[in-house]
Amino acid sequence: MVGITAYGAYVPKRRLNRMSIIQSMGWLAPGLMTAARGERSMCNWDEDAMTMAVAAARDCVTGMDKSKINAAYLASTSLPFKDRQNSGILATALNLAEEGLVTADFTASLKSGTTALLTAIDAVQGEGKDNVLVAASDARDAKSAWFYEMWYGDGAASLLVGKDNVIAEFKGAHSVACDFVDHYKGTNAQFDYGWEERWIREEGFAKIIPAAISGLLEKCGVSIDDVAKVIYPCYLSKRVHQGIAKPLKAAPEKIQDNLAEVVGDTGAAQPLAMFVAALEEANPGDKIVVASFGQGCDALLFEVTDEIKKLPARNGMKGALANRQEEAQYSKLQKFRENVNVEMGIRAEAQKQTALSALWRYRKQVLGLVGGECSKCGTRQYPSLRMCVNPDCNAVDSQVDHEFADKTGIIKSYTGDMLAVSVDPPAIYGLIQFEEGGRALYDFTDCALADVKVGQKVKMSFRVRYYDETRDFHGYFWKAVPQT
Amino acid sequence: MATGIRDKVAILGMGCSKFGERWDMGAEDLLVESFQECIQDAGIEKNEIQAAWLGTCFPEISVGQSALPLSISLRLPNIPVTRVENFCASGTESFRGAVYAVASGAYDICLAAGVEKLKDTGYGGLPEFGANAGPRSFMTGINMTAPGSFAQLASGYGATYSVSDDEIKRAIAHVSAKSHANGVKNPKAHLRKAVTAEQIMAAPIIAHPLGLFDCCGVSDGSACAIVTTPEIAKSLGKTDLISVKALQLSLSNGYEMGYNEWNVDHFVTTSKASKMAYEEAGIKNPREEISMIEVHDCFSITELVTMEDLHLSPRGGAIKDVMDGFYDADGGIPCQIDGGLKCFGHPIGASGLRMLYEMYLQLLGRADDRQLKDPRLGLTHNLGGFPFMNVCSVGIIGRYEG
Repeated sequence: MVGITAYGAYVPKRRLNRMSIIQSMGWLAPGLMTAARGERSMCNWDEDAMTMAVAAARDCVTGMDKSKINAAYLASTSLPFKDRQNSGILATALNLAEEGLVTADFTASLKSGTTALLTAIDAVQGEGKDNVLVAASDARDAKSAWFYEMWYGDGAASLLVGKDNVIAEFKGAHSVACDFVDHYKGTNAQFDYGWEERWIREEGFAKIIPAAISGLLEKCGVSIDDVAKVIYPCYLSKRVHQGIAKPLKAAPEKIQDNLAEVVGDTGAAQPLAMFVAALEEANPGDKIVVASFGQGCDALLFEVTDEIKKLPARNGMKGALANRQEEAQYSKLQKFRENVNVEMGIRAEAQKQTALSALWRYRKQVLGLVGGECSKCGTRQYPSLRMCVNPDCNAVDSQVDHEFADKTGIIKSYTGDMLAVSVDPPAIYGLIQFEEGGRALYDFTDCALADVKVGQKVKMSFRVRYYDETRDFHGYFWKAVPQT
Repeated sequence: MATGIRDKVAILGMGCSKFGERWDMGAEDLLVESFQECIQDAGIEKNEIQAAWLGTCFPEISVGQSALPLSISLRLPNIPVTRVENFCASGTESFRGAVYAVASGAYDICLAAGVEKLKDTGYGGLPEFGANAGPRSFMTGINMTAPGSFAQLASGYGATYSVSDDEIKRAIAHVSAKSHANGVKNPKAHLRKAVTAEQIMAAPIIAHPLGLFDCCGVSDGSACAIVTTPEIAKSLGKTDLISVKALQLSLSNGYEMGYNEWNVDHFVTTSKASKMAYEEAGIKNPREEISMIEVHDCFSITELVTMEDLHLSPRGGAIKDVMDGFYDADGGIPCQIDGGLKCFGHPIGASGLRMLYEMYLQLLGRADDRQLKDPRLGLTHNLGGFPFMNVCSVGIIGRYEG
């Protein structure tokens, strides 16, 4: 039996009230009012498709044996690198073993998430791989005062594909690949370019998705009546989204909610994010159809098993949605996405070149937050230097790798700095003592200064550390997130 | 068995430029300003200087690397010149080089100079180095400034000694107000206006809980010293000799920020360096024996905590001593009698020498209306880096008793 063995998801904490966009830009585009219900998720300034993918993947591998993963696939249309494997950064962030690992980026289409999933299933079925980690993530930029900005949400989802303790068995798939260009983004473009909504709806969504799902059901010999949930994306509107299932004659309650009012459309991650939400409510025996849309459609059929009840607890979509902070300032979305020209001062001109030779040498400690544990005295330490930090030990070259990413820390000191260059001042940081040993200074994120206290617990999160505009290079590291 | 350098070296002369936003002068020019006063005070010819040291922390934004800037500015006669840097202890390191050269018998007369030109960056605060800070620092360091790093002492100290934010805010305001009152009397200081504790507490926040007046300014300046043996000083006609009693350093080794014990409530290095300095100087009871101190008040909270690390106030007792006025100009141990970094600003390479300059003037009775009554021992303290990773220097000078 091959199928899903674990799932995870991540949605940024900030949820931009769509009315705030109307308040700022409604004078220019009153039509936006039609899309102004609810809220859309928005990355913090230090988040992007890469950091969200890592967060979702970490959620997915909670309670699972990372060492058994032999491939990591990352799907997205908004990755930081055109050439430097993004799935490789993901793998390093998860501290996956480099030997025997295959990594692959799936890009250039909103259906790349399901394609990555399908490819993972094929690999495991073909016995080329035992366990494949699939992550899909998108943080798409949109021009101000247009519908895409309203419709899009930032988010990520992740699935583990394998043969052991399968929670949702793969029953079959049917794909259609066709060059339907509802929108596109050229190689050097920052923004999507889309055609007329009505045409996209009538010739794209309404035709391609139902045809692919019908093909799937026929191939698997399953009737729509036997299906518990039908999952497919549509970024246009809730009404259009519901209408797509009409030709399938699916009862309305079977159509999985597309998260429009609480997150928005998360691009390549969308079908997988909706799948995670469905799995969280599913019962053993439920049949679930997962379909995508983007130059065609991949439609997959899964059947939930009893094992789903034994899956170790994780955050998932439920936890991600609950971790919510309303954002009423539209200008923050504009600045965080560099969509507005703000003077940051001369201090911000300090050069940010990354010494790639140093990044290679330190990749585990930088991207993976891997420190050391001294084999002589047991002291856990970050960073792991050649000499043990314990003043009563100081042994040389005695440490073994120790992962700090999943450890809980306690705040020992902190401050909110108004002098440091920040797009969201004050810059908050402090000394973190890990409960199980080890300590270091970290930037804090996703918190307000008034809520931070000495003694408070923190969890670590993979974030953008800097962006080198001159050389178009994103540098990543870990930050502490105070827990309430 | 080494016994240190107590009374092996005497100060022949000292000089200090006016500190401030010296738009009129570059580092090379400021060196000449302090040197001219110094060489006149020493009463010797320039060609009698046999070796020199230059302390400067950020030459990349002023005169560039190597010790050539000092040799060229002062037209030194092709003698050995060394540039030293140890963050905020750079000025004291310069002094230390010259002092050890004389104490070792390698040279008779040496010059120690310090300078910093910080006001050519185009923005406020210390320079931001970005990736030039080194790859590991750049990739994994926090988005930190100096005020932010020291501000953390407040939350740490408050947690250890159960002191409220308000109590700390009040105590550090007293620290700054006291220094400003002293600076009014110092024509070489940058800031010479008195400021009340209330004004200080109401100032805009720079890094919680430090406000604008809890932070020393960024300024330009230079200071220098000429040192020799007591015997040579006497032979040159000097009578009231001021000698070096102790010069100690202590550096962090990663313990504070990497091991599991330190509570962000004191300086490991200052606690050790001061002990070593008292031992070297033969001081048994510092609170009784030290007459005056110049400490590193880059931030008011640093000065507060340092009183305990210098073993002058008991652990957890600094606030009481500060609020009792023990460190005020008319207190038991006047601290920052010249106004401190608070009024001078902190041209990094110069500060350590500027502190020695005031102690020197006080000991010779030349401190004008800042003059303390009959001081015997003056202590200087520098703290470079951050509470969790730093360089501490402690110097003690006093009347020669050889």
